[in-house]
Amino acid sequence: MIAAIGGLRRPDGAAKLTGAADYAADTPVDGVTHAALVPATVATGRIAHIDTAAAVRAPGVLAVLTHTDMPRLKTIGSPPLGQSVLPLQDDTVRYEGQPVAMVLAETFEQARRGAELVRATYADVAVPRAFGDGESVTPRPGLISGNPAGRVGDVEAGLAAATTVVTATYTTPNRHHSPMEPSATVASWHGDQLTVHESTQWVFGTQMALAAAFDLPADHVRVVCPFIGGGFGCKGFVWPHTLLAAAAARVTGRPVKLVLTRAQMFTSCGHQPATTQTLTLGTDDDGRLTAVRHHSVNPTSTFDDYAENATGGTRWMYASPAIDVAVLVEHTSRQTPTPMRAPAEGLGMFALESAMDELAYALRMDPVELRLRNEPAVDPMTGQPFSSRPLPDCLRAAAQRFGWSGRPAEPRSMRDGDELVGWGMASVTMDTFRLPSSARVRLQADGRTIVEAGTQEIGTGLPGVLTTIAAQTLGVDPGSVEVHHGDTDLPETSGTFGSSATMGVGSAVAAAATELRDKLDALAGTGAYPRRLADAGLDSLDAEARWDPAERGEGRSIHTYGAIFVEVRVDPDLGLVRMPRCTATYAAGRIINPLTARSQMIGGIAWGYGQAMLEESILEPQLGRFLSKNMAGYLVPVCADIGDIDVSFIEDPDTDASPLGAKGIGELGAVGVSAAIANAVFHATGIRVRDLPISIERLLNPVWDAPTPTTRP
Amino acid sequence: MKAFAYAKAPDLAAALAAIEDPGTSVIAGGTEMVNWLKEGIATPERLVDINGLPLDGIDARPEGLRLGALARMSDAAPVVAAEYPVLAESLLCAASPQLRNMASLGGNLLQRTRCPYFRAEVLLPCNKRAPGSGCAARHGETRTQAIFGWSDACVATHPSDFAVALAALDATVIIVGPRGERTVPVTGFYRLPGDDPTVETVLAPDELVTAIDVPAGPHTRASHYLKVRERASYEFAMVAVAAALAHDGGVVTDARLALGGVAARPWRLDRTEAALRGVSLDDTEALRAAVAASFAEARPLAGNAFKVKLAQRATLRALTTAGSRGMVAS
Ligand SMILES: Cc1cc2nc3c(=O)[nH]c(=O)nc-3n(C[C@H](O)[C@H](O)[C@H](O)COP(=O)(O)OP(=O)(O)OC[C@H]3O[C@@H](n4cnc5c(N)ncnc54)[C@H](O)[C@@H]3O)c2cc1C
Ligand code: SF4
Repeated sequence: MIAAIGGLRRPDGAAKLTGAADYAADTPVDGVTHAALVPATVATGRIAHIDTAAAVRAPGVLAVLTHTDMPRLKTIGSPPLGQSVLPLQDDTVRYEGQPVAMVLAETFEQARRGAELVRATYADVAVPRAFGDGESVTPRPGLISGNPAGRVGDVEAGLAAATTVVTATYTTPNRHHSPMEPSATVASWHGDQLTVHESTQWVFGTQMALAAAFDLPADHVRVVCPFIGGGFGCKGFVWPHTLLAAAAARVTGRPVKLVLTRAQMFTSCGHQPATTQTLTLGTDDDGRLTAVRHHSVNPTSTFDDYAENATGGTRWMYASPAIDVAVLVEHTSRQTPTPMRAPAEGLGMFALESAMDELAYALRMDPVELRLRNEPAVDPMTGQPFSSRPLPDCLRAAAQRFGWSGRPAEPRSMRDGDELVGWGMASVTMDTFRLPSSARVRLQADGRTIVEAGTQEIGTGLPGVLTTIAAQTLGVDPGSVEVHHGDTDLPETSGTFGSSATMGVGSAVAAAATELRDKLDALAGTGAYPRRLADAGLDSLDAEARWDPAERGEGRSIHTYGAIFVEVRVDPDLGLVRMPRCTATYAAGRIINPLTARSQMIGGIAWGYGQAMLEESILEPQLGRFLSKNMAGYLVPVCADIGDIDVSFIEDPDTDASPLGAKGIGELGAVGVSAAIANAVFHATGIRVRDLPISIERLLNPVWDAPTPTTRP
Repeated sequence: MKAFAYAKAPDLAAALAAIEDPGTSVIAGGTEMVNWLKEGIATPERLVDINGLPLDGIDARPEGLRLGALARMSDAAPVVAAEYPVLAESLLCAASPQLRNMASLGGNLLQRTRCPYFRAEVLLPCNKRAPGSGCAARHGETRTQAIFGWSDACVATHPSDFAVALAALDATVIIVGPRGERTVPVTGFYRLPGDDPTVETVLAPDELVTAIDVPAGPHTRASHYLKVRERASYEFAMVAVAAALAHDGGVVTDARLALGGVAARPWRLDRTEAALRGVSLDDTEALRAAVAASFAEARPLAGNAFKVKLAQRATLRALTTAGSRGMVAS
């Protein structure tokens, strides 16, 4: 069924709506044992004693495992592990919420009760190390996406030559992914064969980590995950609970099910670290950049250097003879952070695009015009040609759809009754992660086409996308295509992260389907394929192919782009901001399924609204814990927050990125929203908010901050 | 979660008999109680389910409203919308539709603070949860905490929206227990923390709330509930104001104001109410001065000074909105 607005409806939609789709914790397993974790209540120290007596006596409890009786696990490093420290291996407490014991019981409730009864005492408890207390250092390699530091030209000279310089510090808070489905693992052993049903964005990464932990060949570990109830990055890597469930199943000889509680989701699978970013922009009189400096520092754990590559987008956004970017980290008492939709540019573009707005005001220039003037001909840092660079088209198209041209530039110049109205915009970009994948396509004499790929469906509608690609390539009815996914027994795919799945798995399916078509065309006879199969005496014919991004795009600067324009209404008395409308235009390669692509961007914008207005996980400095580990204390947007969202795409097939011409879109929508909103809030109120989220108290200050550039004669 | 026994009370007498035992707690809609059980905030031996008791009436009479303790928030709101807008608004801006379908009015009054330390999944230093353990919030995260009436033992606020609207309307709570029936004004129902923040209301452990009475009057129509919060829906108040006015040609003859989100109980603005008498609703400066009269005694904490300003501005806004309603009606 092809929907009116174009695009195949989700083939998995009915199963999800009716509850028929099985998620990891739904997996029925005979004789399953339920596990519950006991998290550390201090942020740094040593386990002095663990009193398990009461827990062991509690009804239904089968065992309590601690670091003294847990098998020693082997590490494969991170990634695929989310952090380098393995669980229950020693008595050191490195972060609040770290598992210090695990209770196994006949029922979920008994396991949780048992966990409450475990009494751990701690020694050498020290004051937690907070962000801002310590030293910023260059990150050691490991958990860094992209290149954290880089420099071209002479920034000091560029600033000296500039006639207008804007410099400011922007901060973003700690955030938690908070998917609807908490992480869950169901592990069972049959001899030395391990089967794990897992809520993961990367079944093959989980397989790799488990095989390493238990010293098994990879084909002894099967990981199954057809559906995930959201992940947003916190299920991208492998975290302690997965290893613990598998280890406990081995120790007890029974299948083990471990479902994290909502509170544990705040300390078990990473978070987006806060960032403090300093931006300096210098321009000549015409608004052409002479220098760009963007430095960011983020907290990480004491044991891993997770560098949030916030300065990534600044490397290729605007033309400047001198660019200097750097990311530093600070070691603090917390779990290792991890990517969260949208990492890197999702944070950095708040700073860069806010600074560009400040610069536009300093220059008295339209912010769209300022961006157009600084459009680079080639990647400003590497000198590489862009595979495509439709940013100006996005800016112009979105500006027109929004009706930007009538905007009076002065802050506080638009009103509606008691409300101040503001319009703001931002450019959008995201790096293009291209990851290899394989797929198999089989056509059967009964007319059905089966697509097989290990990949998991995270909610983006990937089965629909793969159906479309296979159906179009083979020229068959989409209704006859079935997609089998979410199992390491199927062809290997990359993780569902980095907005890479449609491009990677989709390209593999296209390649396999093309190969199959060639095979089918080589069969004798005419007519539809199933008929030809039957004539050839075959039940089915298949082809498997692997797509490797290394085959193309070498030497190109490959990214996705967009532009977002928002209107905000500010109640200046009460410091409240609402966003009645938003227009965004994206160029992100060929759009395979307009229906699900549009959903992705709307979801991304809502996600970005959360970053702008609501989300903040406070790390309590005295206790060294994320203070509110529940959804009443950690606010994400609700429907009432989200006004009209107008999403459009610019045709931009990019065959340097992939043979399909597709690129990643899953995170792009979340980028730039916070800057556009903050810029609109400035336009409405004259108050420049440089610290997210834009909370009430930041707007109650009635002082109108006039922009304060240093202007040189 | 600790295991507990569960029984349904067939009638009021049985329910009262059940709660004479200190290990027994009442459960109504369960929207608070079940959370407490899961987080270890409440650890009763037994739960007595009172949903079968005939306490769910919603009666609008000329002399006022009688609202049964077991009436659901979503059922009460439409009945009171025309004559008591402040009540309906306080109910409809609370929680979510699903929760309001379950949540009882009595349970709403007896919900407990949203202080993030109190609500933690483990026991943190919190005198309300563990007397004598200290108050981690006092010198910790204070953004959402009180600006009035707090003590060093506890700086938490009460989260009910409905209670604030009731307090402004001088509603009373009907209580029954082994010593018979008694009536307590909502303004006197809650206790300030003092040295013992574990005791939050004057309701004794062996008593039940059966109903809430709201007196009628010329002020109930010209009323408004303003809830200030960052998320447009489904969030507790940063600050809230219930305002009810009687006025004669725009000159205030009677004003009732209560604030939410600022103290351990709905905070009536007595001085402002007195100062407003005789003031014209068009005279913004006079209104502002009258509002300010109640804030001299505000004592903000390290992280919530902005609430003092916010609460005053919200009060002014609520007053104006309530006043405009009265004029439309008359
Ligand atoms: C996510 C969430 C968001 C919420 N948001 C808001 C909000 O924005 N504003 C707001 O005002 N409220 C809000 N609430 C609170 C909600 O209104 C209350 O949970 C609800 O009203 C409690 O009623 P209940 O019947 O479920 O009480 P229960 O959970 O059954 O009981 C709560 C308490 O009241 C006692 N109790 C109940 N009935 C009686 C009685 N008749 N006599 C004596 N004791 C009794 C119980 O013993 C228990 O101590 C929210 C709740 C949740 C879970
Ligand atoms: S403010 Fe009250 S509820 Fe919060 S931690 Fe202190 S004592 Fe506990």
